[in-house]
Amino acid sequence: MSDSSRTLGMDAQSLVEIRHDMLRFAALQLRDGQLAEDVVQEAMMAALDGEKQFAGRSALKTWIFAILRNKIVDAIRQRSRSINISALLPAETEMDEAFEALFKSNDHWLPNARPAAWGDPEAALHQEQFWAVFEACLKHLPESTARVFMMREFLEFETNEVCRELKISTGNCHVILHRARNGLRRCLESSWFAAGESSC
Amino acid sequence: MLNCKEVTHLLSEGQDRRLTLGERVQMEMHLAMCKGCSNFRKQMSFLRTACRRYVDRVGVDAARKE
Repeated sequence: MSDSSRTLGMDAQSLVEIRHDMLRFAALQLRDGQLAEDVVQEAMMAALDGEKQFAGRSALKTWIFAILRNKIVDAIRQRSRSINISALLPAETEMDEAFEALFKSNDHWLPNARPAAWGDPEAALHQEQFWAVFEACLKHLPESTARVFMMREFLEFETNEVCRELKISTGNCHVILHRARNGLRRCLESSWFAAGESSC
Repeated sequence: MLNCKEVTHLLSEGQDRRLTLGERVQMEMHLAMCKGCSNFRKQMSFLRTACRRYVDRVGVDAARKE
């Protein structure tokens, strides 16, 4: 065992696995493989460079992840200068039309579009396949919509911070989050919850 | 009286800001009578839970942003 690995209390395989998880998380949010590689690299270097001691793999992972979150926030900040989040692209318009189509003219649910009971959805959280579907549904969201949603839910920005960082109005922020949540809800319903119901 | 579409917006915004008393009262009245919107509320709350769990899966017990 080399000195560095003893210092970290970590074997190479653990580091590879941690890196793999970090990369998926970063790529999901940045939608740019190269940029994701870069921020993960920076986060791991920063974590390993320090004099900090780690009591096991979990402590190291927690530390790297905390750094990674900050690196992702920095990358989003830099990019937000060049991206117009408010611009409504065809993919977003399509989502809004699909949402409108769920309602009758009086804006109550159409009978066949009424949100269904998902039974015991918490049970899904223990299934590996559910997380693959969850990630696929997130990837399916348009980029700007996903960006706002993940800043709110994964990086845990307050809504007013998201607005400020991305230079969008509060009203627009609420509209985008609603669009994202409804899109995810419908994606999970058709890809997981409805599929599960019919098979058992 | 709120319609279902308005209630979906309040249910989403309720995760991002504190709703006013008036909004909450009107929303609860609607939810008491509307199964579709009640299910929508449960789905919204499940989404938040799933996102938290997702982050925990990636970062284990990662320190939350202060």
